Amino acid sequence: MLTGFIALYIFMLAAFTGYEIIGRVPSILHTPLMSGSNFVHGIVVVGALFALLNATTVTEQVIGFVGVLLGAGNAAGGYVVTERMLQMFKSSK
Amino acid sequence: MNPTLIIDASFLAAAFLFIYGLKRMSSPVTAASGIRVAGLGMVIAVVASFLYVFNVNEAAKPHLVVNAALGAVALAIGLGWAWVSGKKVEMTAMPQMVALYNGMGGGAAAAIGAVELFRPGAEHATMPLVVTIIGSLIGAISLSGSVIAWAKLDGRVNGTWRFSGLQVMNGTFFVATLALGLYIAFGAHGHAPVWMTAAFFLLALIFGVLMTMPIGGADMPVVISLYNAFTGLAVGFEGFVLQNPALMIAGMVVGSAGTLLTLLMAKAMNRSVSNVIFSNFGAAAGEEQGEIKGSMKPIEAGDAGINMRYASKVIIAPGYGLAVAQAQHKLYEFVKLCQDAGVEVKFAIHPVAGRMPGHMNVLLAEAGVPYDIIYDMEDINGEFKEADVAIVIGANDTVNPAARTNKSSPIYGMPILNVDMAKQVYVVKRGQGKGYSGVENELFFADNANMVYGDAQKVLVQMIQAVKSLDGGGH
Repeated sequence: MLTGFIALYIFMLAAFTGYEIIGRVPSILHTPLMSGSNFVHGIVVVGALFALLNATTVTEQVIGFVGVLLGAGNAAGGYVVTERMLQMFKSSK
Repeated sequence: MNPTLIIDASFLAAAFLFIYGLKRMSSPVTAASGIRVAGLGMVIAVVASFLYVFNVNEAAKPHLVVNAALGAVALAIGLGWAWVSGKKVEMTAMPQMVALYNGMGGGAAAAIGAVELFRPGAEHATMPLVVTIIGSLIGAISLSGSVIAWAKLDGRVNGTWRFSGLQVMNGTFFVATLALGLYIAFGAHGHAPVWMTAAFFLLALIFGVLMTMPIGGADMPVVISLYNAFTGLAVGFEGFVLQNPALMIAGMVVGSAGTLLTLLMAKAMNRSVSNVIFSNFGAAAGEEQGEIKGSMKPIEAGDAGINMRYASKVIIAPGYGLAVAQAQHKLYEFVKLCQDAGVEVKFAIHPVAGRMPGHMNVLLAEAGVPYDIIYDMEDINGEFKEADVAIVIGANDTVNPAARTNKSSPIYGMPILNVDMAKQVYVVKRGQGKGYSGVENELFFADNANMVYGDAQKVLVQMIQAVKSLDGGGH
């Protein structure tokens, strides 16, 4: 079980990681990186899928279905637009 | 083989690939491979999560076939729609599309919370319950707020709600929503009536709308970035509820990275985040700005083009107006003509040029401009005094010297591009209007500045023709 302090350790280390990654980024990459981080939280689709698979009532099934739909949209859309943007960055050399 | 072990190992791999991918995305040289690395992580995690079918709750086993089928269908629809819409969207419309995808993520996090709260007879410890409710609240606000941000930037919703007492009303609304959520956690211990739980989600969604409606279009990028951080936090919290470390790590990395990015954007605009959300920008403009000396002096586009062709150093300061006129390609064609004639050409990008930091870089990259002649403001501001010509295209507030000198100006203190220090300044502009802030720009009246009136695309075509007719040996 990931309770109490273990969860806090995970959150703390993850927060520092995010801070360090963004902190040294040139501003030319801010938009693609915002889009890229938007893609990364698309992992929520995995949680929604877990919730849906454990559904026992119609209400849970409907909400779970919507959750997976939205999460999949977040992940796929985030990937496509980020990839399109980053494809364009080319050096003159 | 034990499915739980495979799932856990896959999530560990996904978490690593996300962080490594984001790291690679932080440099232009490795960025394109970074998103593919992160994408691989996503595919591994999603495929592995179907192994959950082997260890669902006893109560859910009779529904497993239906649930798995629903999951596959939802996944296919969401993925298919987003893939097609993401491929189609114009680069200028990118910010609102990011907002929309982000809102969907927030909605998914809220949905996870809702499934937990609506589960009949579920056993809830207080701690996970509070986290579920906070995650749901943040996720729902991110969903409805992002949709409003999308609608505003896409021109589907116009105008801003502003009336006295708005902030008091919003504050009351938020406190009421939070109080209801806390009652569900501490008062009802997660066994609140269905209508109460539903009301909680409804209030959270309405608050997202109320919070976003008063914010103007120019500030929307900061808000989108803020909601991106919100969704990250919501995902992290719901990950804790589901005991899923991959969600916790990915959510919290984005939560903190998104928060920092929001602060950087707000700083570049010389505003604080609370200022963006709680105040009415532009309300102070128009008061006693003082007389501006001089007059605006027009010049023909062709003449300006030829002068640049014979300059030794030209710096270009592009703004969102350039992208609106879809003139990036013509601009780069003109730049190449100048480079062929031996002119040193550089692009100077203000942190908030375009609609988000870095948006202008994407738009220039789309036109094929190599990133190594594009410079950030801090790196190029010292070079303007050596430039023969600085040309401003579709930008206004980001080049207004009043930000340096005029303490009564609403944009005072905002860092600007020092184009006024070049020997000659050309300003390409559609008309004599003011910038987004509503402030008059004294640069346009300066002795060394000339105005080139017209649509950016047409102006650049005229410049290209003028230079070509020279180099082609006359008519």
